[in-house]
Amino acid sequence: MGGGVDDNGVKPKKTVFVTVGTTCFDALVKAVDTQEVTEELSRKGYTHLVIQMGRGTYIPTKSAGEDGGLTVDYFTFSSSIAEYLKSASLVISHAGSGSIFETLGLGKPLIVVVNEDLMDNHQSELAEELAERKHLFYARPQTLYQTIEGMNLETLIPYLPGDAMPVAKIINRFLGFPDD
Amino acid sequence: MEKGNSCCFSIMMVPNSIVVLIAINIIIVIRIFYVIHQSSKPLRNLSLEPVSTLIILGSGGHTAEMLNLIRGLQKNRFTPRVYVAASTDNMSLQKAQVLEASVVDQTGAGKVKEAAQFMQIYRSREVGQSYLTSVGTTLIALVHALFLMIKIRPQVILCNGPGTCFPLCVIAFLFKVLGVRWSSIFYVESIARVRRLSLSGLLLYKLRIADLIFVQWPQLQRKYPRTNYVGCLM
Repeated sequence: MGGGVDDNGVKPKKTVFVTVGTTCFDALVKAVDTQEVTEELSRKGYTHLVIQMGRGTYIPTKSAGEDGGLTVDYFTFSSSIAEYLKSASLVISHAGSGSIFETLGLGKPLIVVVNEDLMDNHQSELAEELAERKHLFYARPQTLYQTIEGMNLETLIPYLPGDAMPVAKIINRFLGFPDD
Repeated sequence: MEKGNSCCFSIMMVPNSIVVLIAINIIIVIRIFYVIHQSSKPLRNLSLEPVSTLIILGSGGHTAEMLNLIRGLQKNRFTPRVYVAASTDNMSLQKAQVLEASVVDQTGAGKVKEAAQFMQIYRSREVGQSYLTSVGTTLIALVHALFLMIKIRPQVILCNGPGTCFPLCVIAFLFKVLGVRWSSIFYVESIARVRRLSLSGLLLYKLRIADLIFVQWPQLQRKYPRTNYVGCLM
């Protein structure tokens, strides 16, 4: 949580990290790789854009950021996603629960983009619920620009990590073990 | 009197095997209802002996949630622990091994081999596999699941979907009906399920195979009243 505050302040480098996990989500990569989105991110004070594109085939445009715009880089997979998340000031993620809770656990502002191409798309349930509770922003590839334009990070409520103790307690009681 | 009796007897002679069959069926049905009834009630574990525990790891987010639950359980009560994951999922068992290694570090005893085992199970159906070939693979998966369950015979089963856990839970239930082994089956619905139970969750709920089903969102509990709302695990 402190990380977010630091990054909002003095540090000039502010990275947006885009992650699609192990999926193929070209619609998201394409949506991020548009002029309106990169310009809006730049206007909002972000300096770097790193895209983890997974199994997608759409290759985003790299940029060294010479013209004062975003520095854009991409890769397919990495074993150190956690490091990218930690150093990010904003995360734009697919709707996988692993990705969502890892980001929220680090206290990073998060935009979840739902992949509408997936059949049985129960994943949007979780993103919608957490957006309703103001823990993250919820977007579709087509509405990503509007979401970034209209977002106010101050309105986000930090997510308090869950607790396995209630389940553990019920299981223990059910099996006849005493409470400690 | 005697005549009437023998007459009755001769009538009974023909369908005798049918009567036996019906009787067996009735006994089985009664047994199934008894098992379902007993499963919904807490155990009276007066000896407080540790319970052998089967932990079925789903993959990705499912595994992360399950390992969070395992961290919250007393390792000396839930022992030995057998972790099972799909043979196509090479991350889940690794993560479980990391967790178990940290348990060994905490207790200072180098007993990970005794307390925890790790096994793989064939998956009945891969994503995108055709339904025709999945009949065969489902059969193989079922036989493998049966083999594993005979070997493990756990007293407690912890699972949270997706499909991998279902055949194992069905076999565990059959073991209960047949009196082979009494397992308490606990199913934790994924945090990603906010409005509807997953297919595995729904089947275990409707067929009353799981002793307890936990859900992580209150609206889900309202929709399925026999579930237990426990808040978010993540």
